[in-house]
Amino acid sequence: MQIYLDNSATTRVSESVLTVMEEAMRKDYGNPSSLHTMGMEAENYIKKAKEQIAKTLRCQEKEIYFTSCGTESDNLAIIGGAFANQRQGKHLITTAVEHAAVAASMKFLEEQGFEVTYLPVDEYGVIRLEDLKNAIRPDTILVSMMYVNNEVGSVMPIHEAGELIKECNPNTLFHVDAIQGYGKFKIYPKQDKIDLLAVSGHKLHGPKGVGFLYVKEKTKLKPLIYGGGHQNGLRSGTENVPGVAGLGQACEDVYTNFEEKVNHMYELREQFISEVEKIEGVSVNGKKTRENAPHIVSVSVPGVRSEVLLHSLEEKGIYVSAGSACSSNKPSISATLKAIGLPKEKLESTVRISFCDTNTGEEVEETIKALKELIPVLTRFVRR
Amino acid sequence: MYQSFLIKYGEIAIKGKNRHLFEDALVSHLSHALKPVEGEFSIWKEQGRIYVDAKGEYDYDHAISAMTKVFGVVGVCPMVQVEDEGYEKLVEEVIRHLKDTYGEKELTFKVMARRARKNYPLNSTEINMDMGEKILDACPNLKVDVHEPDMFVNIEIRQKINIYTEIIPGPGGMPVGSNGKAMLLLSGGIDSPVAGYMIAKRGVSLEATYFHAPPYTSERAKQKVVDLAAIVARYSGPITLNIVNFTDIQLEIYEKCPHDELTIIMRRYMMKIAEHFAKESNCLGLITGESIGQVASQTMQSLAATNEVCTMPVYRPLIGFDKQEIVEVSEKIDTYETSILPFEDCCTIFVAKHPVTKPNINIIKRSETKLADTIDDLMKKAIETTETIVVEAK
Repeated sequence: MQIYLDNSATTRVSESVLTVMEEAMRKDYGNPSSLHTMGMEAENYIKKAKEQIAKTLRCQEKEIYFTSCGTESDNLAIIGGAFANQRQGKHLITTAVEHAAVAASMKFLEEQGFEVTYLPVDEYGVIRLEDLKNAIRPDTILVSMMYVNNEVGSVMPIHEAGELIKECNPNTLFHVDAIQGYGKFKIYPKQDKIDLLAVSGHKLHGPKGVGFLYVKEKTKLKPLIYGGGHQNGLRSGTENVPGVAGLGQACEDVYTNFEEKVNHMYELREQFISEVEKIEGVSVNGKKTRENAPHIVSVSVPGVRSEVLLHSLEEKGIYVSAGSACSSNKPSISATLKAIGLPKEKLESTVRISFCDTNTGEEVEETIKALKELIPVLTRFVRR
Repeated sequence: MYQSFLIKYGEIAIKGKNRHLFEDALVSHLSHALKPVEGEFSIWKEQGRIYVDAKGEYDYDHAISAMTKVFGVVGVCPMVQVEDEGYEKLVEEVIRHLKDTYGEKELTFKVMARRARKNYPLNSTEINMDMGEKILDACPNLKVDVHEPDMFVNIEIRQKINIYTEIIPGPGGMPVGSNGKAMLLLSGGIDSPVAGYMIAKRGVSLEATYFHAPPYTSERAKQKVVDLAAIVARYSGPITLNIVNFTDIQLEIYEKCPHDELTIIMRRYMMKIAEHFAKESNCLGLITGESIGQVASQTMQSLAATNEVCTMPVYRPLIGFDKQEIVEVSEKIDTYETSILPFEDCCTIFVAKHPVTKPNINIIKRSETKLADTIDDLMKKAIETTETIVVEAK
């Protein structure tokens, strides 16, 4: 038995994605830049993917740029946006709970002489609009905010933030890291006044090694990668055709029967939370309501180290994550959990459970059963 | 490009009647070490010398790095081997070799001729003097220094004539397997792989035992130990690794014994289990990476308490090393980078905040009596469920 509850780390590639990728690799392996028919056929995959994606965002196809991953999308938006607009100012704003792809880009810009304001969050991991309003200045060139926090699943007030930013300074770019939010929420950049939006393929049953950045028409960005001038010169390098084709398919699929899938994930989440809270010593971080993202639950079990609980579940074939998987190979205290004010004993003892639409109620039951067995045993052996 | 190498070996040469056994072991280890190297090599012995010949194209750097990891090898000399076609011809060859190798580089040298064949028309001193002059005439960038030259121009007159100027140092020691086998207590840290390396260097083959405590230690921590064994195996040859599930024993000690004695008691059981496997596979001793005073469990008193359960000799090659000295060896043998990977065991619950540093053996034994009802079964189970794998060099 294998129960995969680490879907915020990555997801299983779906059959429909595999089919289109296999075709792109086996049959239509041309270079989309080649002038002959084979090149054209490869290019058609890219066009189709852009169509599929643009439809989900209600944007134009030419506003979609393909990258190698979510991290690259975030880097291109933030570093590319800052460098292209630095004559207008050198101030940026972000939050204290961003993923490393954003936080490290900001740190790099600080080294380059930019100034960054980090917005604090409340106990649920959400910023206060008042803080955002106070932080925006005439020289603020970019605000970067995540849609859904990858560790606790809190949701930022993106729509309100977009309105507020443009009200305070119409020249400020609004970048949204939607890597955990896309596919879980309907996101329409125009409505939310979003200029840049980063998405990764492998969080949506698509392949690894591909992502996209939505770039609102006429937004100035400086490329990070130079070469043959592909994708309007913004991102040189032969397009990853099979990856892009898979990503397009995954984006279309994730918004098919969308409400039903999201509702299913919320039901799994609610079932899990109501049961897990009955176990002594366990607490859930973030909001328990549907104001939170549907797929993420952050659970703290004081006294039991995250990795110990993770490996005990693993022995029962249940896969979860300790804090955020992206940083778990160098054990460090999570900035997000610290920012939401978790006490020290919870910081080291938090695991993340993340669902996808194909998880089932039985799997949640099995997991709860395992936790009920394990937690009393593990809490018996606490460092004295 | 060199096609031949002279292998220098030190101690083996003085091993009297057993010498051929050591030499044969060395030839076989060299051949094993060269197996993964691109190219074709032949290894042969002649009058107390071992030679390696490469046929055609080969990967020089890889070949050198493979040969200089073989215990027993004191040095590897890339050399030119020529037929004896008269002294004048030899002078030409030597000069050509020096020009090819050193070009215009300014260096000092000294000629070192040796005659294994005493019927050669010139004796060693004559060759040294005459060859030196000829070299000075032909190579204006080279100067003589008979006291501390940058290089020795070695000329060995045997059946054929060997010319070499460079000695790339090997690890020394003795060919693995020439001195029996020992059981290494291998953890994921810096010390134990170095301890294994040092004992293997003296010609001892290795087996290893690792104590795994899932879920308190992770699968990655176990993989790290396997990776470390694979690096040590580059020197020692394949290592049989016993992976013991130690969780139940640890939890039992944790529940029943005083907490500050936890580590000592745990180590005593680790030694017992390691010794069990050591006896089973005819090892002649145990090896640990302990060094006096490094941590609470390595004070003289703690070492005595741990040692007390063993009936076999326990070899502790790092006993007088400082941490920095151990780190230096681990960097040299390439285990350091792997050792410091952060998949540490999360078993901090098994480490007391203030462990005893001067354990009294009688008190420890009294504490252990609390385990009397269960420990034999737990030990038996741990031994029975041990996973054994053979780790090849990587």
